[in-house]
Amino acid sequence: MAGLELLSDEGYRVDGRRAGELRKVRARMGVFAQADGSAYLEQGNTKALAVVYGPHEMRGSRSKALHDRALVNCQYSMATFSTGERKRRPHGDRKSSEMTLHLKQTFEAAILTQLYPRSQIDIYVQILQADGGNYCACVNAATLATIDAGIPMRDYVCACSAGFIEDTPLADLNYVEEAAGGPQVALALLPKSDQIALLEMNSRLHEDHLEQVMEAASKACKDVYAVLDQVVRDHVHEVTTLLGE
Amino acid sequence: MLTSRTFLKRTRAGAVMKVVREHYLREDIACGAAACEQCGQQPGEPRLEAQPSGAASSLCPAPHYLLPDTNVLLHQIDILEDPVITNVIVLQTVLQEVRKRSAPVYKRIRDVIANPEKHFYSFTNEHHRETYIEQEQGETANDRNDKAIRVAAKWYDEHLKKINNEETIQVILLTNDRNNKEKAVEEGLTAYTCEEYIKSLIANPDLVDRLACVSDEGKEIESGRIIFSEHLPLSKLQQGIKSGIYFQGTFRANRDNYLEATVWIHGDTEENKEIIIQGLKNLNRAVHEDLVAVEVLAKDQWVAPSSVVLQDEGQNEDDDENEEEKENTLKSSVSKNMLRPSGRVVGIIKRNWRPFCGMLSKSQIKEARRHLFTPADRRIPRIRIETRQSSALEGQRIIVAIDGWPRNSRYPNGHFVKNLGTAGDKETETEVLLLEHDVPHQAFSQAVLSFLPKMPWSITEEDMKVREDLRYLCVCSVDPPGCTDIDDALHCRELENGNLEVGVHIADVSHFIRPGNALDQESAKRGTTVYLCEKRIDMVPELLSSNLCSLRSNVDRFAFSCIWEMNHNAEILKTRFTKSVINSKASLTYAEAQMRIDSSSMKDDITTSLRGLNKLAKILKKRRIDNGALTLSSPEVRFHIDSETHDPIDLQTKELKETNSMVEEFMLLANISVAKKIYEEFSEYALLRKHPAPPPSNYDILVKAAKSKNLEIKTDSAKALADTLDKAESPDFPYLNTLLRILATRCMMQAVYFCSGMDNDFHHYGLASPIYTHFTSPIRRYADIIVHRLLAVAIQADSTYPELTDKHKLADLCKNLNYRHKMAQYAQRASVAFHTQLFFKNKGVVNEEAYILFVRKNAIVVLIPKYGLEGTVFFEEKDKPKPNLNYNDEVPSLTVEKTTFYTFDKVKVNIMLDASNIQHQKIRMALVEPKILGSDVPNQTTELSTNSEPEKKKKKLKK
Ligand SMILES: [Zn+2]
Repeated sequence: MAGLELLSDEGYRVDGRRAGELRKVRARMGVFAQADGSAYLEQGNTKALAVVYGPHEMRGSRSKALHDRALVNCQYSMATFSTGERKRRPHGDRKSSEMTLHLKQTFEAAILTQLYPRSQIDIYVQILQADGGNYCACVNAATLATIDAGIPMRDYVCACSAGFIEDTPLADLNYVEEAAGGPQVALALLPKSDQIALLEMNSRLHEDHLEQVMEAASKACKDVYAVLDQVVRDHVHEVTTLLGE
Repeated sequence: MLTSRTFLKRTRAGAVMKVVREHYLREDIACGAAACEQCGQQPGEPRLEAQPSGAASSLCPAPHYLLPDTNVLLHQIDILEDPVITNVIVLQTVLQEVRKRSAPVYKRIRDVIANPEKHFYSFTNEHHRETYIEQEQGETANDRNDKAIRVAAKWYDEHLKKINNEETIQVILLTNDRNNKEKAVEEGLTAYTCEEYIKSLIANPDLVDRLACVSDEGKEIESGRIIFSEHLPLSKLQQGIKSGIYFQGTFRANRDNYLEATVWIHGDTEENKEIIIQGLKNLNRAVHEDLVAVEVLAKDQWVAPSSVVLQDEGQNEDDDENEEEKENTLKSSVSKNMLRPSGRVVGIIKRNWRPFCGMLSKSQIKEARRHLFTPADRRIPRIRIETRQSSALEGQRIIVAIDGWPRNSRYPNGHFVKNLGTAGDKETETEVLLLEHDVPHQAFSQAVLSFLPKMPWSITEEDMKVREDLRYLCVCSVDPPGCTDIDDALHCRELENGNLEVGVHIADVSHFIRPGNALDQESAKRGTTVYLCEKRIDMVPELLSSNLCSLRSNVDRFAFSCIWEMNHNAEILKTRFTKSVINSKASLTYAEAQMRIDSSSMKDDITTSLRGLNKLAKILKKRRIDNGALTLSSPEVRFHIDSETHDPIDLQTKELKETNSMVEEFMLLANISVAKKIYEEFSEYALLRKHPAPPPSNYDILVKAAKSKNLEIKTDSAKALADTLDKAESPDFPYLNTLLRILATRCMMQAVYFCSGMDNDFHHYGLASPIYTHFTSPIRRYADIIVHRLLAVAIQADSTYPELTDKHKLADLCKNLNYRHKMAQYAQRASVAFHTQLFFKNKGVVNEEAYILFVRKNAIVVLIPKYGLEGTVFFEEKDKPKPNLNYNDEVPSLTVEKTTFYTFDKVKVNIMLDASNIQHQKIRMALVEPKILGSDVPNQTTELSTNSEPEKKKKKLKK
């Protein structure tokens, strides 16, 4: 039986995108009033909600406090209804712990933590609907939430995945493309300086192809940046007009 | 970039899961028409001509594009491939459906789309904003797709009207579905059935013959009786296979009896591995190589494999009374213990139909349009085709494809595809044997040729920087006469320290063929150059094979060199590999090289080098044989071809000179050295060649035959075999040793390529080497190119690429290479057989001496040393009284009346060409001496048909 054709000879992917195109990204900032910052983001059918508290004093054991910078505390979770199969997902299962760790690393690299020694910043992200690129959607949502909270960052952190199928790098994989099992990288980039906050790769990819895939991924990150930046500007505009009245 | 898409969700409800997928609709998909200004044209397009140049149609004189639906594309691909049909829109809906239903057709349509001369355009209608439609409630997927096709056709129709052209281009929907056509016409579209359209083509009436005849499902029941029981649907078959009621296996038709077949059950239990199917109704329309499901019959219905030869000769379709009679003849006289598990075909899991070569058996009715086609392969049933050019096709070799096999039809229905030419013509027969052996032999495509180096080609400074300059060495090549693709050259010189330096220089083909490009893919597909009697089908284009890669004398050429330092006892002290530039000083033939070595007056550098090589080769050979390598023989035939008529005028077995084995010895040594090196470097990805030891039972025939001549052959190891073969001499029968070696060759297994990461038995039995590969003939074998690439990476002379270190890809490649090598071998033998026939056709009847090679139950297999020709002398024939035959398995011997035949007996046979069946011309052999006592010699016949019979043919040991 012929498997799914992930990239047609005409150059279209299963969902009709071309190789380098992103899924539709839509986002809103400031969705919750109580939190210091919050954002909701859709990347295709992947939907993520991010909430940021802080910077505030250390909670719990004070011994964890860092004397020269703020502690970034992340928590990643998936809603029980986020996939086709309803599943209870306990906190701290292996996959979400790993994701939590990745998020922590990403945001420690982006937030100017040295401005807030001995304090703590909490970032909570939840996937409401999963359709590939969960990590990337989380990073993008959390970036918006952090900006909403007014926490200074070096730059936006933009994340996007890229795969490699039939000698062509594909940007922003959806679930079907991820499930095909090809090589795949997730890249979190600080677009202005082209600095990499996090790079993760699974499955084997020949060294010769790495450059192409990286290029596709960073191009996609920059496309994401364009969208996020617009969202922030619109939000600011909206808020200022409200204030102005 | 992000603007042009609207958002839409498509929900697919599965059993439990709800799947939500995004489906983007775009506005930037071009229509592909050259004259269109509304669509932003993308590079590489447009594909559809502004003035469609297709064949004139009486139905639709205006310019038009064709738009076939799924079934038309699936069944009429032969028509669509015809050069006459151009300017066709292939919808994504159609393509996806075809991809799901038939991989071969999908590949073919993809090839057509890729051909710029055909002007086929594939339109991604499922992602176009205006042509996408959703499946409505209660609508089947098929109806939805039909609707999508109509919507796309409608869109095109309106879209094309907007083009500023004198004449609007029409879109014609081709569909064979009556409903769909009616709906299309209602919606204002122009729609025809494929047949209507093809018949309307004014200038091309022959195209009609190539229409596949697919009857509507309902129609077939109306006419005639139903002969066959229904095939069960796939879902039922799978259920049955799971629960063990049915078995799945490959259907193998019997070559000699059209009413019998066997099905090999895949895997599973030890017993019941093979099921016999007998009788037309049980065969139930399965065709050779189909994947079928069978049901095992109750034990009281089991049958025995018949030994009767039955050829389907019926001309009329309604004579199945005869059929039953014939089936009864199968059942008579069987002893209980001969019965085997028998079954019947209940369904087809996968058809494995390909286009078949063969000839038309013209219907006796003069005006008839329906004719039977007899495939060259006797395992394929005859096929009914419809043609108006039967007189023109008579006596021609043609290709026919099967379209279907309705339940009420004795024969499958098919259609004419292509005429190859007059049967018996050398060109036609060569074409046939290439097609039947699946040898890719089309001229290289432009895409492939575009990767050749541009001429004039010369060596640049950069090239020299990465290569060792070995042009000063006295290198020469030794090959058979007339060889233009020289892939190896040698040198030998004395070093200052008294040791010898020996170099094997191999054409650096991998320098020219870069991984992954069209040239590389084509060579990988071909796998090997195929040498026929007077034709060579190259693996790589001629510019490379006969010029740039060929290590001709007195020109600078790139080589991959393997250089050893040896002492005078031929022991290797040092091995190194390097990419180099050489300049061969002479291209010699084996005979010329031999002459130089032998003539004491010659003292030049080349001759000294040759003598050194020869001396070392002898030592190497002795050492190899002492280690247990086998020297087997198989008579190889060479034709002397008349330069004008190109007919073979003489036939001669190849003669081997000392220099042959000299070159061979160093090639073996280079191959072994390289094998060690690449395995050392890539333990998982080395492409190696192994030759498994044959199971002991294979040797039975050899041991028994030797015993009958009071000789002992030991087969417990290769060494024992080699030693006992050497000792097996008979003073009054000098040819006996050769015969024994020929027989031993037949006992061997096939040598195969494999990937070192996928196997753990590397041993090469015939060469008695623990590891072996192919390095020395990259011009004519693809395996060598891969080995070159591996070695180049190992010595850091070239960069690696992903596929090279993917053992699954490598294993797939090995599979193809092994298949191609096997088919090339069969094609080669078929070519020899055909030329042998031509030779005897011109020569008339001759009597020759022969030796008995095998004794069978009703025949003897003889070898005629003079021609290296093998044939079977039968002692039974239709319509003649059967002689009294007595076969003794122990000795083995066959007593015919009062004459007994043993293996290796010398006989005299009469050879002539039997051209009574033009499709299966054969050499007949009849016994002349000894006279069979007690009977007037019946006309014994033999078989050596043009259509080689691979399974039965000799197994040849290939190093
Ligand atoms: Zn257009």
